Amino acid sequence: MTKTVFSLCFMCTVRCPIKVEVENGQVKWIEGNPYVPGMQGSLCPKGAAATALLNDTERIQGPMVRTGPRGSGEWKRVSWDEALNIVATKLQEIAKTYGGKSIVWGERTNLATHVNKTFMRLLGSPNHFTHDALCKGSVNTACRSLFGYTDPEIGIDYKNTKHIVLYGRNIFEALEVRPVNFLLQAIEEGAKLTYIDPRVTVTATKAHNYFMIRPGTDLAFNYALMHVIIKEKLYDVKFVERWVEGFRELEAFIQPYTPEWAEKETGIPAARIISLARELSQQKPSVIFHFGYRGASHPNEIYFRRSILMLNALMGSIEAKGGLFFKKGPKEAGGQPARKLTEQDGLPKVTEMRFDKVGTEMFPLPDPNHGVPQMLPFAILNEDPYPIKAAIFNRFEPLLSIPDRGLTERAFEKLDFIVTIDIQWSDIAWHSDVVLPESVFLERTDCIQQANGLKPQMFLRRQAVLPRYDTLPAPIIVKRLADRLGFGRFFPYETMEDLVKWQLEGTGFTLEDFDRKGFVAYTDKEIWWDRENGLKLKTPSKKIEFVSSLLEKAGYPSFPPYESVMAPPEGRYRLMVGRCAQHTHVSTQNNPYLNELVPENVLWINRREAERLGISNGDFVEVSSSCGDVCLKAYVTDLIHPEAVFMLHGFGHKARFATRSFDKGAADAVLQENKSDIVGGSPALDDTLVRVRRAYKK
Amino acid sequence: MSQYYLMQDAKRCIACRACEVVCKVNKGLPRGPKPCEVVVVGPKFIGGLPRAFFKFMPCFHCEKPWCIAACPTGAMQKREDGIVYVDETLCVGCKACMSACPWGVPQWDPEKRKVVKCDYCMDRLDKGLLPACVTICVTKCLYFGKANEVPSIRRERAAKAAAYFE
Repeated sequence: MTKTVFSLCFMCTVRCPIKVEVENGQVKWIEGNPYVPGMQGSLCPKGAAATALLNDTERIQGPMVRTGPRGSGEWKRVSWDEALNIVATKLQEIAKTYGGKSIVWGERTNLATHVNKTFMRLLGSPNHFTHDALCKGSVNTACRSLFGYTDPEIGIDYKNTKHIVLYGRNIFEALEVRPVNFLLQAIEEGAKLTYIDPRVTVTATKAHNYFMIRPGTDLAFNYALMHVIIKEKLYDVKFVERWVEGFRELEAFIQPYTPEWAEKETGIPAARIISLARELSQQKPSVIFHFGYRGASHPNEIYFRRSILMLNALMGSIEAKGGLFFKKGPKEAGGQPARKLTEQDGLPKVTEMRFDKVGTEMFPLPDPNHGVPQMLPFAILNEDPYPIKAAIFNRFEPLLSIPDRGLTERAFEKLDFIVTIDIQWSDIAWHSDVVLPESVFLERTDCIQQANGLKPQMFLRRQAVLPRYDTLPAPIIVKRLADRLGFGRFFPYETMEDLVKWQLEGTGFTLEDFDRKGFVAYTDKEIWWDRENGLKLKTPSKKIEFVSSLLEKAGYPSFPPYESVMAPPEGRYRLMVGRCAQHTHVSTQNNPYLNELVPENVLWINRREAERLGISNGDFVEVSSSCGDVCLKAYVTDLIHPEAVFMLHGFGHKARFATRSFDKGAADAVLQENKSDIVGGSPALDDTLVRVRRAYKK
Repeated sequence: MSQYYLMQDAKRCIACRACEVVCKVNKGLPRGPKPCEVVVVGPKFIGGLPRAFFKFMPCFHCEKPWCIAACPTGAMQKREDGIVYVDETLCVGCKACMSACPWGVPQWDPEKRKVVKCDYCMDRLDKGLLPACVTICVTKCLYFGKANEVPSIRRERAAKAAAYFE
């Protein structure tokens, strides 16, 4: 028995469309969906290693209840009924005593996010958060402050660009298959790539211009670019006059930030900044200043991300071929989007304050749809704004992704109850009271993916094989919990197919429509808005707001004066983190194939500095910050700025059942200080200074 | 010589190693053996810019393979179309081929205790499919086919670049 199933990958969060060949209930082959442009069979190493995840015996194989002290690794395998009863009883008890708000749900944004949000609302809790702020909260806020749209609503036209500027956006390593192919195609047709990063990456090796910038000074670089662009009138005058609010204010503000000033701050020669500005302006509006993917680095992040978007606006590259565009939804094509459970009538509204205080004076601007997860330890420890008693984590790893692991661990000790819904033994699963195993993406059908863009489409993740172990899709777990808590009627499905059918009602599409190619399209023509008069901006002024009403109303300036970045004192370095092509954040380190390729992380350190510290390549080094210390191997190289050290994110796991990743490398979260960009909402992940010294053994 | 060519456009390669992974998945290999590999040279600063060279290394399927000459049991064989492969049923795991090959192509499978090597995925070829690495390659930098089917990348790229300026 062989069959072909079109589905969506979930080895990382990108959701590449895939084609799965199944033979006698076994996955025989996975490749990129051949019908999707830019995929055409392609798959990244993570996707290629998916079958190893499916068949991994180190996955969570059934519901588990903790029997020893937290983190001791003493577990009892129980039935689903027993596990769900324990969770439901405990949640009910806590909600009764402390109110629904004392329960928090944290997750990595996924297709079933609307299901989980519905569940939390019915529990009476405002405390649903996603990992988004940790990743790019300030990018989201910056986009809303200028356009009124969030960053996922803005697309990048890689295919037609003539010059792209990437700020640490390591596009060829932290890769998404389609953008990589579109960009390579553009480069082959003559497009230029400018890459700015204190570290040389694969992306740097493909760049036409590379700037090894002083860490933390990209904003100064951008101000200098703006200075040249405005002074030499290199901007798109017509576009700016028509669409930009606050250009005069920018012009006045930018005066002191000359390329010569930026040279001192960034270490990049003034002449190179000037020539880059001139070069870019020749290709406008097919120019992209990439606003970043993982945009959580420094406490002034919001102003840096805003400066990137302003540069795009100055070049007129908004809603332009080869620039940025606004993603069009089904309604633009005369269709209906798939329904979400959160849209049901009769769902209670929850008006209480969030645990992270988003929407209050403390955090007026971050997106309440996602929240600010790094505030969770503070909320628990200080019982501020109120006591938090229970937490549910769905494929979210707070211990390795919220900065300052020590603080997070201390906070979690205070919790009465922790539940983890995950596919593998993550560190948080290890520290939970109950672990509910989720089926991996090849074993489950999932909610509809609404893929907005120039051509709005819908994709579907379809079940390819039966679950290998005693696992369930998360929306089914949630439904069974809801049944036990007495609000199951808001989850009108028994199987995932039922849920998808419910979502599709009114869209004119059926489940079978996805069988042929794995997706359905609302239109076959690209939808572009008219650049003269048709930009439907959602800001109060209906313009691109350089002077932002969003910021100013909340009491923040649109153009605060630039604050210089201090060089780290001798022997201290700015800790940078990032990704490689073979791993996804914290979730693939235990995969047999991917672990073989990149088993641990190492500390990149500049050769000159290493010599001074007596460190040679491969030595163990101790890295310490005000929060903690770790030990890992050194990689001595000329390919990193002397003020910075770098390590890959996602290593240093402490869950013993995941034997391949256990104690390999070190976790950046142990070192990072829990500081935030208060305006934008991101944690300042690259702001911590660390000390490095030689260690004699691990 | 093999009738087939496997060509890599190194300029497009991003060293993501999806080829290495999918090769092992297709052959069901454990940790250890790598029938193909991306060799990274650099990055090094050349003319002020960081440059690296990513070379895809499968088997060359030599005309007179030293591995076949070294194999005492006849397990290492050559098909009519020139593909050099291991007949698993005959391999006794003596590793003679591994020491004979100047490129380190034959690899040791510690589970089966036999040698495994790149055979251009002849299981897939015989079904009319391309080798696993070529199918999956993220950037489509690998090309496979008979001599007249493999493109001349340099010429094609020049033509594309020329079209851009028209």
